[in-house]
Amino acid sequence: MNHYRTQILLCAGGACISSGCESVRDALLREIKANGLESEIEVITTGCMGMCEIGPMMVVSPEGIFYQKVKPEDMADVVREHLVKGCVVERLLYKRADNDELVRFLEDIPFFKLQKKIVLRNCGKINPEKIEEYIAVGGYEALGKALTSMTPDQVIEEVLVSGLRGRGGAGFPTGLKWKFTAKESADQKYVLCNADEGDPGAFMDRSQLEGDPHSVIEAMAIAGYAIGASKGYVYVRAEYPLAIQRLSNALDQARAKGLLGEKIFNSNFSFDLQIRMGAGAFVCGEETALMRSIEGYRGEPRPKPPFPAQKGLFEKPTVLNNVETYANIPYIIMHGGAEFAKIGSGKSTGTKVFALAGHVNNSGLVEVPMGITLREIVYDIGGGIRGGKDFKAVQIGGPSGGCIPKEHLDTPVTYETLPALGAIMGSGGLIVMNEDACMVDVARYFMDFIQDESCGKCTPCRIGTKIMLDLLNKITHGTGSEQDLEQLEFLAGQIGKSALCGLGQTAPNPVLSTLRYFRHEYIEHIKDKHCRSKVCRSMMRYTINAAACKGCGLCKKACPADAISGERKAPHSIDADKCIRCGACMEACPFTAIEVK
Amino acid sequence: MSEKEHTCGCDNALYQELNAFIASVPRTRDSLIPVLHKAQALFGYLPVDLQEYIAKALDVPASEVYGVVTFYTYFTMQPRGRHTINVCLGTACYVRGAKQVVEAFSELLGIKIGETTPDRRFTLTAQRCFGACGLAPAVMINQDVHGRVNPKKVAELLEQYK
Amino acid sequence: MTVNLTIDNQPVTVPKGTTILNAARSIGIKIPTLCHMEGVVSPGSCRVCLVEVEGARTLLPSCIAQVAEGMIVHVNSKTARTARRTSVELILANHPLDCNNCSRNNNCELQTIASDMGITASRFPRLVQEHPLDLSTSGLTRDMSKCILCRRCVTACQNIQQVGVLAAQKRGFATIIGGGAKANLAETTCVQCGQCAAVCPVGAITEKDAIADVWAALDDPKKHVVVHTAPAIRAALGECFGMPAGSRVTGKMVTALRRLGFDKVFDTNFTADLTIMEEGFELIKRLTDAVRDKKAVALPQFTSCCPGWINFAETFYPKSLPYLSSCKSPMQMESALIKTWYAQKAGIDPKDIVVVSVMPCTAKKHEANRPEMVDSGFKDTDYVLTTRELGKMITAAGIDFVNLSDGRADELAGESTGAADIFANTGGVMEAALRTAYEVITGRELPFPSLHVASIQGLDGIKEASFKLEGCKPEFSFLEGVTVKVLVAHGLGNAHKVCKKLEAGELAEFHFVEIMTCPGGCIGGGGQPRLTDDNVRRARIAAIYSEDESRALRKSHENPEIKQIYAEFLGEPLGHKSHHLLHTTYTPRQ
Repeated sequence: MNHYRTQILLCAGGACISSGCESVRDALLREIKANGLESEIEVITTGCMGMCEIGPMMVVSPEGIFYQKVKPEDMADVVREHLVKGCVVERLLYKRADNDELVRFLEDIPFFKLQKKIVLRNCGKINPEKIEEYIAVGGYEALGKALTSMTPDQVIEEVLVSGLRGRGGAGFPTGLKWKFTAKESADQKYVLCNADEGDPGAFMDRSQLEGDPHSVIEAMAIAGYAIGASKGYVYVRAEYPLAIQRLSNALDQARAKGLLGEKIFNSNFSFDLQIRMGAGAFVCGEETALMRSIEGYRGEPRPKPPFPAQKGLFEKPTVLNNVETYANIPYIIMHGGAEFAKIGSGKSTGTKVFALAGHVNNSGLVEVPMGITLREIVYDIGGGIRGGKDFKAVQIGGPSGGCIPKEHLDTPVTYETLPALGAIMGSGGLIVMNEDACMVDVARYFMDFIQDESCGKCTPCRIGTKIMLDLLNKITHGTGSEQDLEQLEFLAGQIGKSALCGLGQTAPNPVLSTLRYFRHEYIEHIKDKHCRSKVCRSMMRYTINAAACKGCGLCKKACPADAISGERKAPHSIDADKCIRCGACMEACPFTAIEVK
Repeated sequence: MSEKEHTCGCDNALYQELNAFIASVPRTRDSLIPVLHKAQALFGYLPVDLQEYIAKALDVPASEVYGVVTFYTYFTMQPRGRHTINVCLGTACYVRGAKQVVEAFSELLGIKIGETTPDRRFTLTAQRCFGACGLAPAVMINQDVHGRVNPKKVAELLEQYK
Repeated sequence: MTVNLTIDNQPVTVPKGTTILNAARSIGIKIPTLCHMEGVVSPGSCRVCLVEVEGARTLLPSCIAQVAEGMIVHVNSKTARTARRTSVELILANHPLDCNNCSRNNNCELQTIASDMGITASRFPRLVQEHPLDLSTSGLTRDMSKCILCRRCVTACQNIQQVGVLAAQKRGFATIIGGGAKANLAETTCVQCGQCAAVCPVGAITEKDAIADVWAALDDPKKHVVVHTAPAIRAALGECFGMPAGSRVTGKMVTALRRLGFDKVFDTNFTADLTIMEEGFELIKRLTDAVRDKKAVALPQFTSCCPGWINFAETFYPKSLPYLSSCKSPMQMESALIKTWYAQKAGIDPKDIVVVSVMPCTAKKHEANRPEMVDSGFKDTDYVLTTRELGKMITAAGIDFVNLSDGRADELAGESTGAADIFANTGGVMEAALRTAYEVITGRELPFPSLHVASIQGLDGIKEASFKLEGCKPEFSFLEGVTVKVLVAHGLGNAHKVCKKLEAGELAEFHFVEIMTCPGGCIGGGGQPRLTDDNVRRARIAAIYSEDESRALRKSHENPEIKQIYAEFLGEPLGHKSHHLLHTTYTPRQ
């Protein structure tokens, strides 16, 4: 095997691909060839490195120099200066937003510094399309260890000791789930992986499957061994073609190497996996709905019990975990549950991957130890609020979660603390919002989502969320009444207690949490017909500041509704009845004379 | 040529490929969704006669096939344009102005979400997050992700797709 | 094993596995339900039966949640009451609330529950969805704006009958029950069995109403209006007036029909007996052809009295059609004879005769409209009423049904035997046929206690019986020693299984097969009083058998009117006139 003196890790995560990393790679390879370095330099395209904001990005190892926002035309410099002459190309280094300091090494960037990578241990470090690279970093050792030196009970015991809890939302202890399924006797059991990542604003499962698919395959095989299952399915969103392609490639490679199939590691354990594509139904993230979907039906949840451990897929005992949960398993088997349990805080052990997005400077994928505070995530890792605006809230847990305001920024992130604040850990969407976000509109957004994604089976979710959405629409349109607010709260309370599935039961959470912390915004919308964030258009009033208006007429031209009148060189005015509040005049005005209230 | 003629004629190549796929999966209910995926990939959409064909092939009632197709938003019964514009309405994109981006596309193309332009050039769709939050607001046209789109960039974007 | 728990502070002990719903019922606490079908399906979707269980994270659907030792249940806590009421109010917000104009007024589960809860106004804004009426079939009317999405009809159509027509479509608030891409039932594989209508808790699926037409005929002095009633009506009609399931009301029914103004009250039972003659002789002919003459004959012979089954066979198993007896159903035989034999004898121009049949069935409305059913020279059956519709007419006429005295059907086409009675339930046609066929072949009575073939009675889905023919009459000596095997199935899900076996050649051993579309047979028909569960079916079946056993004559060939009609009109079974008036053909349907 060829030994390269230098390896260049080029991020080929979803975001970097859309930022053009493929042409960067082509340019890089071209330059390497032009300089005759093919036998010395290896270019490895990796999964997501996490800091999508500054992609495409690359790490030159072994020295570990990190280049960001690289373009194809930069590659000549990278090869000539760095690879040939050994000089760092400073203009491509990351510059800290707070002190303009250049940072040479990836791990010195604050975004990466506070992270603890267990789940994403290989993302950004190996080529996800080559099983050899996964094996080279210790991949499939955990499966080998489990099959050759542990009993299924011992495997389950390690997972129990680790304290690992489901990363998909509810946080049920993974070891217990496995234990319950293991003790059922059946001719067939199943291991399922939920990769139907549906929360708007969450993309860690996608990155995991794209960046390190073998970690999930290995873990599912371990789960199969632990519970006595020989078959499994990965249920993955059809909207993730790259993840599907890489996973399917990984499955082929694992089969070819005998890591899936009959008598794995010469044991008596046989296991294989199939991919099932979701088809665009958020509710299929709910376990019974997901199983129904694999069975070929509409993804409608059913009441529990019976739990999947007793009657799951095709009525057989089934374990279902999500991508991130599984990705922890090889680490737990290799290092022991006790070691894993040292990370984190209290009953929330290990790490959590968050998709950090919204009005934050560094958006991307971050993996942090449980117990870290929201402030550390938002400010230290996220680099604070974009454009110097004020922080308003962080939405955590997606449509089942809630909005946490400023005063709780120092709360440690755990399975216990978040529900106390009206949010949930969820699958890890973490949306930072600044003062421009209207919290009533945010609630309306999530209710619109839930209502659209409701399967329609049970009454409270089918009709109740529709009424809640109608009420929120009224309020954001400035026609809401206090009675509407009362009804909204009443329904939120009812649906939470009476809906059939977990998704329905948590559907009112975004409303409940915004009502809890931002009730005043609701009241303003209702009583004052005012949206302080200027998001709810129907309540906006555009006016022209006569003092600033030069009467140039650009606004009049721009107005699609003929709502602006005025003589040339004289102050113009807007007819509020005709105004459609599109904001075109504001964009057109060179004198910032147009004001909005 | 009408849509019906487009997808009928059981001997055409698309049907042959679909038949080969159906033959490769068990004739059980759980094959339905994979077969629908395959059919949509081949035909671009799932018109009623194609659904009925699949229903027969898998021995599943046509009403159930229709029930499945209309439950999952990924499945479509409308023919698609040559290019599919998919505007992300995930939370991150939403708070960074995706709604205005949708409106801009809608206005420029004269169609609403879910519709196709009369010249079959574009189909406008919206989706909840395709995981490019770092690039919010994001738009996917066919398989290309375009990041940090704003209403002003929309016309220019469309120009790239003939 | 039993479980002890507390419901609303009352201790209760029930068997393990009991639902909270049934545990509560056992101590006299009635919890409302809508989507639940006891013993069939509990999707847990309507949320109308929610109860509070201490320690549970959410409220639980009592129709599904099972009791546990030490469980403390609150049915009547404020939380539980509010939740159930909210579910009902939400359903009402999405319901037309046009009760006065609905066929289910005063007989609607939603209306009853809302009324029991004391709901006089929904607190929520109205969210009614308009959907066009589906009037495309002769038998059924669908009004999806009234649908509450309980999906009982889907269970009936997909799981029980397996005709695969009704299914949930779209998603969320837009969810609707329908026949797929086809807007109308008539374009689907619907066989119009009406099991969907029989389980619908509201007025979303009902039989197509013929009441107004029948009143118009009765009001027309120029019309001679004749009615005949199917065997299954007498065991169920009483339920329309609050009588318990299984009340035998034959005599009251006749009196009520006379009071409604029908000129003649005949009995479809008469032609049930006639069917046995024709179908029995057809079977004997097929057996003769096959056994004696070694001809290629379609055997086993399948019964043909059930119109849902005919539609089903024509739609799903056209290859089975040669196996079907060519006999018309008793309804069509009766109607054809009324407009020919009776018209002739009574000296009435058949064009002035209006024949109304009362059937437990919605598919009968379709059958009456089949274009070939005009062998009398006129449309043989003018109108078909379901049991429910007759109940409504009696109520509308102000007749105190429960206290009516017994009447007797009119002579000529009104006499019948116990063999005709049992046509009403699964296994009955077969048993009636065997009572006659056995006697014709051997000259002796069917050698079973009380003439019952026990193994084909009851609610098992597919039943078989076999017995050896011994001591045959000389003309049937070729059947000596033959073991006759018969098979009985009810519910179209079971019919699928039987037809698949037929197609696979696995029924070659059998001679006669009875198929009834509805679970339990006609006593569980799609036009019977709601709601039919297995307890109700058993009660009606018991009533039918006791009706049979109460008769002096219990074999079709002993019916004196049958002897008379062959003597003076038809000649002999399978004769020329029979062929014309009593037999039919079938066409494969797409």
